[in-house]
Order: sequence, then structure tokens, then C-alpha cells
Amino acid sequence: MTFFGYERPDGRVGVRNYVLILPASVCASDTTRIVAQQVNGAVTFNNQQGCSQVESDQQLTMDVMAGYAANPNIYGTVVISLGCENCQMDLVVKAIQERTNKPLKQVIIQEAGGTLKAVDIAVRYAKEMAAEAAMLQKKEFPMSELILGTECGGSDPTSGLAANPVIGELSDRLVADGGCSILSETTEFIGAEHILAKRAATPEVHDRILEIVRRYEKALRLVGEEVREGNPSPGNKAGGITTLEEKSLGCIHKGGHSPVMEVYDYAKQVKAKSGLVIMDTPGNDPSSVAAMAAGGAQVVVFSSGRGSPTGNPIVPVIKITGNKLTFAKMEDNIDLDASPLIYGEKTLEELGGELYELVRQVACGRQTKAEALGFTEMAIARVCNYV
Amino acid sequence: MLNAMLIDPADNVVVAIEPIAKDSPVEYDCGGETRRLTALEDITIYHKLACRDIAQGEPVVKYGQHIGSAVTDIKAGQHVHVHNVESHSTNV
Repeated sequence: MTFFGYERPDGRVGVRNYVLILPASVCASDTTRIVAQQVNGAVTFNNQQGCSQVESDQQLTMDVMAGYAANPNIYGTVVISLGCENCQMDLVVKAIQERTNKPLKQVIIQEAGGTLKAVDIAVRYAKEMAAEAAMLQKKEFPMSELILGTECGGSDPTSGLAANPVIGELSDRLVADGGCSILSETTEFIGAEHILAKRAATPEVHDRILEIVRRYEKALRLVGEEVREGNPSPGNKAGGITTLEEKSLGCIHKGGHSPVMEVYDYAKQVKAKSGLVIMDTPGNDPSSVAAMAAGGAQVVVFSSGRGSPTGNPIVPVIKITGNKLTFAKMEDNIDLDASPLIYGEKTLEELGGELYELVRQVACGRQTKAEALGFTEMAIARVCNYV
Repeated sequence: MLNAMLIDPADNVVVAIEPIAKDSPVEYDCGGETRRLTALEDITIYHKLACRDIAQGEPVVKYGQHIGSAVTDIKAGQHVHVHNVESHSTNV
């Protein structure tokens, strides 16, 4: 199977063709919003980080920024920094250039002479880039060019019964095509990590899977907290999920049955065509989806039993539920109803095929429900408090 | 009509796939054979109920895996949730 996408100068293939107005810190985020509003085809996000962070925290922010600029859904990037933040312009530019050679422009607000002058310069850069982007012709590519991000949020028991197994079926098909699928959310491996570890392709990957779970629990204990506080969430419990182990056993179905080939740290560059991989991300959805987008995922499939509306600024997010009541109530937010699997009305193969075709159409440009609503919320994971 | 689902033959809970009222029949498939019991309380759709008696301290099994321990004796047909199950503390 094939899709029509955008070939980038670094050899990767995008399914969208945006100009990214990238805020290097919180102090540039309102400026990037003003710039993006002026340019048709531009996207941005509210970066709450970028300054007053410890080194390991700053690294997470840098990886998300560089990964977003390098994501093949982006034609080119205009970085806007304030000038005095920790994520200095030269550091951000270097991090981006280590990942991609796509068009890149820079504006430093304090050097440009304030907000209005910076906006003027940045809008002109972005308009030029958007005009060039619009000239690009789509080409036909095999599905193996796709890196799929998988996510679950607002889970209920139907996520483990239907929506996540259907995502797992999609993941296995993409892996069979020679593509790549990312299983995320380390907090939702807890209690099921032994099952994932058994599927590791090598002893190193086996140990890494156990290590990221241990590391996550340890990091929370260092600040006197337990991962089980707040997880499962009140909504998970109201839906019928009792323990974190139960939630995790449902969650890992998104990875299908393929061997786990690699474990990536948060927002690191994922190698295309590498089969099923794991990324160490939080259970928090917008920060987990952001990490996979930064890793290079062009499309995310997201299951939700309770009904989550969230999108992403640069990657289309496809919503799927296994809960027939949620689909009936929230059809405006949900792209695919997987509940027929529970009632024996459709098979896993049929629903996996429907989801695969939906992913292919979205890769060709079909808008997801979250895109049609203009949902672009995202977050960046954090290690600790600001300094 | 089937109104519950057994995910794995080793499980001691089933999932209600329709709302189930107290004292009404619960029917689920186990390897092609329909099994029946009676709901001892109202079960919200997609919540769990015990499909056999579970003793206090015994693991609660779903997906063929331990999802926690029973904190009290649970009778077949009773709702299984946060009031009578606690999470294991995993030390990997």
C-alpha cells in the first residue's frame, strides 16, 4: 500500500506541509502565536519551558524543539527566542541542524528591537517559506515510510478489550510493511513490563525496558511521590479500571505482537523502518504525543474509552474508542468506533484493516476530527521544578 | 444473550459488556461454551464481576495476569473494583 506525501531534503517523508514558528522559550511563545496567526500554513505551540531549567530538564525541551523542527510534517522552521533564555538561539539552531537540513530562519526579540519588529521580520520569513512550501508536489511513497505513534488516554476497560488491540493490529501490519510503530507511556507499562520485556529482540532491549520502568518509579520516589497516586485517574476508575496493573495490561495491547527492537529516551530521533520500538514517555497524553512527534512520527493513533479530544500542532491524531456509549456521545471527537469487536460484530482483522486504511487516508491529507476542530494542545515532560 | 466477556480462561473476573442489574443472569463465552451465573449487585457496563469465588488475599486475574489482590472474600457475581481489590506493589 502507498500514500501521497511530501519528500524532504533530508530524505524523510511528511504527511503535512507546515511552516513551524518555534518558540525557544516561554518568553517567545506569545510572539510565535502572533506570527503564526499572520501566516497561512504556519503552526506554533505554547512552550512553557526553555528557561530556568536544570540541565536534564532543558535537554527534554531541546529535544522536543529540535524534533519538531525536524519532523517531516514541517517544511521549514522560523525559531524565535527572546535572547536571554537558557535555550540560547545558537544551541537551538545547532540541535535542529543535527537532525535536519530543512529551511531554517532565526529571530531574536531583544536583538530585533522588541516584539513588533521581531514579529515583522518573522512574519516575512514565514510568508516566504509558506509560499515555497505551497509549491511542493506530493509524491507516492510506500507505507513503510511511516513512523506511527500510539497513545491511549482517558482509558477505560474497553481500551484494553477493543481499541488498543485494534491499534496493535495496525501496528503489526505497519511493521510487516517494513515501517515503524512507537509504543509509549512508561507509567502504563508498570505491572506489564515483564510481558514487554519477554518480547525484546535482544538482551539489551530487555534490560532497557525494565530499566525505564524502574527509573520512572525511582524518580517519583525521590520527591516522595508514588506513581500510583493519580494513576489510575478518577475517570479510569469510574470507567471500571481498578489498578495500574490492569490499566497497563490494556495499554500494552497497542504494541501488537511484534518484537520490541529498540528503546528510545524521551523525544529522541527514532529510526524509520525499524519495526516496533518503545519510547520512554509519561502517561500524560499531550507530553507523550509531543515526544513521539519529536521522534519523527508523522501520524498518531490514540485510543480513548472516556473520550479525549486532544490533538497536536504538527501531527494528525486519529481517535479511536472501544466504548459504544462514548462513540455515540462524542462522535464529533472520535474517528473510529472499535466497539463492534466487543460484540462480535466485526473481527480484529476487519477493524485493523479499517484503521490501517484510515491512517493511509490521513497520511494522504484527510483531516482527523481533532484537526478539523483545530486542536493543537501539547506539553513537554519535566524532570523537576524550575530553578 | 451474552452480557459479559471472559478475556482469558485463567481469569477469575469477567467484564460486563452491558449494564447488568442485581439478581439478573450473567452470560459469557468460555471456549465456545456459554457459562452462566447471577449478578449479586448492579454492575455498571464495562466494570468487572467475579466469575468464581475469590478468597481474601488471592490474586485477581484479568488478561490471564494478576491485576491486584482481593482485600476481602469476593463471591461469584459480586462487583470487583477499588472497594475490594488493592494494587500489588511491583518491585522489578
